Amino acid sequence: MDNLIEMKGITKRFPGVIANEDVDFELRPGEIHALLGENGAGKSTLMSVLAGLYRPEEGSMVVRGEPANFNSPRDAIDLGIGMIHQHFTLVQSQTVTENILLGLDEPRFLMRLGRYDEQMAHIGDQFGLQITPDAKIWQLSVGEQQRVEILKMLYRGVEVLIMDEPTSVLAPQEIEELFHTLRSMVDEGKSIVFISHKLNEVMEIADRITVLRQGKVTEAGIDPATTSKAELATLMVGRKVLFDLQVGTSNPGEVVLELDGVSATNDKRLPALRGIDLKVHSGEIVGVAGVAGNGQSELGEVITGLRTCTDGRIEVNGKDVTNQSARSSIDIGVAHIPEDRTHVGTAPNLSITDNIIMKKYRVPPLARRASLDRDAAQDMAEGLKEEYSILAPSIETPTRMLSGGNVQRVILARELSSQPMLLVAMQPTRGLDVGAIEGVQRLLLEQRESGAAILLVSEELEEIFILSDRIVVMYEGEIVADGVEPDPAKIGLLMTGGLSAQASERGL
Amino acid sequence: MDSPRWLAPLVSFVAVILALAIGAVILAIIGGNPFRAYAHIAGAAFGGLGVFSDTLVKATPLIFTGTACAVAFKMKLWNIGAEGQFFMGALGASIVILAGVVSEDASRLVTLFAMAVGGAVFGAAWGFIPGILKAKLRVNEIITTLMLNYIAFALVNYFIFGIWSEGGFQMTRTFQRAAWLPRLSDLAEQFPIMRGLTTHAGFIFAVIVAIIAWYILFRSLWGYEIRLIGDNPRAAKYAGIKITRNTILVLMLSGGIAGLGGMSEIAGVIHRLQGSISPGYGFTGIIIAWLAKLNPLIVIPVSILFGGLILAGREIQPAGVPRLIQGVILFMLIASEVFLRYRVRIARKTA
Repeated sequence: MDNLIEMKGITKRFPGVIANEDVDFELRPGEIHALLGENGAGKSTLMSVLAGLYRPEEGSMVVRGEPANFNSPRDAIDLGIGMIHQHFTLVQSQTVTENILLGLDEPRFLMRLGRYDEQMAHIGDQFGLQITPDAKIWQLSVGEQQRVEILKMLYRGVEVLIMDEPTSVLAPQEIEELFHTLRSMVDEGKSIVFISHKLNEVMEIADRITVLRQGKVTEAGIDPATTSKAELATLMVGRKVLFDLQVGTSNPGEVVLELDGVSATNDKRLPALRGIDLKVHSGEIVGVAGVAGNGQSELGEVITGLRTCTDGRIEVNGKDVTNQSARSSIDIGVAHIPEDRTHVGTAPNLSITDNIIMKKYRVPPLARRASLDRDAAQDMAEGLKEEYSILAPSIETPTRMLSGGNVQRVILARELSSQPMLLVAMQPTRGLDVGAIEGVQRLLLEQRESGAAILLVSEELEEIFILSDRIVVMYEGEIVADGVEPDPAKIGLLMTGGLSAQASERGL
Repeated sequence: MDSPRWLAPLVSFVAVILALAIGAVILAIIGGNPFRAYAHIAGAAFGGLGVFSDTLVKATPLIFTGTACAVAFKMKLWNIGAEGQFFMGALGASIVILAGVVSEDASRLVTLFAMAVGGAVFGAAWGFIPGILKAKLRVNEIITTLMLNYIAFALVNYFIFGIWSEGGFQMTRTFQRAAWLPRLSDLAEQFPIMRGLTTHAGFIFAVIVAIIAWYILFRSLWGYEIRLIGDNPRAAKYAGIKITRNTILVLMLSGGIAGLGGMSEIAGVIHRLQGSISPGYGFTGIIIAWLAKLNPLIVIPVSILFGGLILAGREIQPAGVPRLIQGVILFMLIASEVFLRYRVRIARKTA
């Protein structure tokens, strides 16, 4: 069978990172081709190149036997290639039909949309997409909004549909509907690229699977019938060279953090945590493995007082702190390295000093009655800038001027210098370069030595393996395994829902 | 990447010079002599003790409203209701006198203090309403503060047309002397040079209020919280700061300062409550707060400059010229921000 699309030797670099390195990808007509990989493996980047959003530094593309060179997504759509991104691009206050027509040359002048409404409904029926053309977007569920995005592409005559993590926002029954739609599109002769990191889904829907890891293809065009979830998980997660880090042995003490049946909802008020039981002892690092979006963020937030639990109980040092305020969480010695450094962890336009004192300004020596002792603040900032090697022209520099690694050092300096009893470290090394990663990991181990209880949430399995004294795995808001051995294949399966907790207790 | 300290003032200075140049071109096009016009404006506003004193009188309410706006804007609360809060302050101060809260025989100190409290409380109440609406119901404060302006005007009208109307005119009776802020001309007997100088003690209070506001914003724990919320509310929440409480308190502080301005204006200049106590000081305060980069200390000189331009507006025909210059200055200063935020570089488009 001839290939519809051939991408050859694609290399795409961003400042400081290589997102894709010498990647080949082939798509046959009428197939669902899954692109599998961890977050940051380069799946979305590769497909954004195919959709005309990025221009690769190296490599070539052939579409239907003709060389293709895209300057914009419009060029890609002209050749029948369209991409639906994770974050939808819809106008909330407009109707379905208006959103689909947006950016097209029709209707020419008068907004007589009745005719178009019928047309939309007709195309929808054809592919099993139930929509209400005159409904406003804000009235629709996420699943329905996704259908509008698909319809937008179909209306533009797209033959190749790229879907970036389409199931991450959907409820289970909506996923079934989506799969039904995808199959009927293939029946109509369309081709689909399905980006995912969920093994179950990929095994269910894909005709062929290509696995990416760290920007490179680990294996291309796998037939799902000839592989297993365990094999895919190993291909996806793999093993990296370990750093030369003196990990040492842990010496766990008393229970510092205890969660008992904790449940919570996410920002969309959907269940995000379902009955979490978890203990962290002093002098121990507990690593939480999991694919992003399985409740890890919410877990960090309920412990640090930034999100309320709907059920369950949280204790720190034996005291009930369920639904305490962020303020009292800070006061009792809970430090928090937040996931989002720029939007939560720092105030980007304020100086390093102002960012360093964020959690200590209420108490002496920084507070003198109602006034802030600026000299004391500057002394503290100068001291910590030195101690944590924050590279910046001065302590008055706004943190938006700093590199990611240095912003993280500012946060670490602030959180770790208070000798916390409990440290919640969310993705502490994400996006940092190798040297910075090692520095952060060293600091975490030092905290463990000095007796802090550490909850480490990371998408980097290697990091969890290196640092953790105990590993738990989260999947869809539950802890599906507690105290598993660092086996990438097995943890990979647990992370992607390919293996239930009971099965893991029986030893696979 | 960090921009040097001298860059911001230099850019602002160049922007003002350019604005004056553009104003000159416009004046020349419409057939005026820009140099004579500018000389006249400068003379009318700053050209002598008498006129400078009048400039300070005009600057006084602007310092209050400019400071009020700067405080709220620092937390990204867009209070555009300083005008209404100014009117409410004037009303609160008048109630103290006209409803007999202080007796007519009370000393000047007691009377003025009671008026200041009345003004601040009424202004703060006009900040509390949008504050609590935003904090509890997430109602946009731009809308509420704007709408409350009109309610304040109508409320003042109710009193001056009805209850306190003096002989059917739309104004109250003149307040007793104890309710007048002292003027420089009160000292004319000891210092003859002060004769006829209308600058009143409200100017001193305005400067003190601006200094206190500066201290709160840049040297106090509360001000640190305000600045943190203003820059990144999510980080503030993460640092354990209560945003709802601060929303209400900061809008009350802002309204209270504007209300003090209203009190200062009727106690220092008008000596009665009437409909026309402000030619839009509250709205000019918005511009002043921006030009001062939300720093209450810089609000003081900027207000004096604007006070001079307002005063010169009376002297110059057409009176719109100083306003035009105000507008062009504002435009240039806002446009100049781009040079502070970005480094401008000429680049050729690569194929």
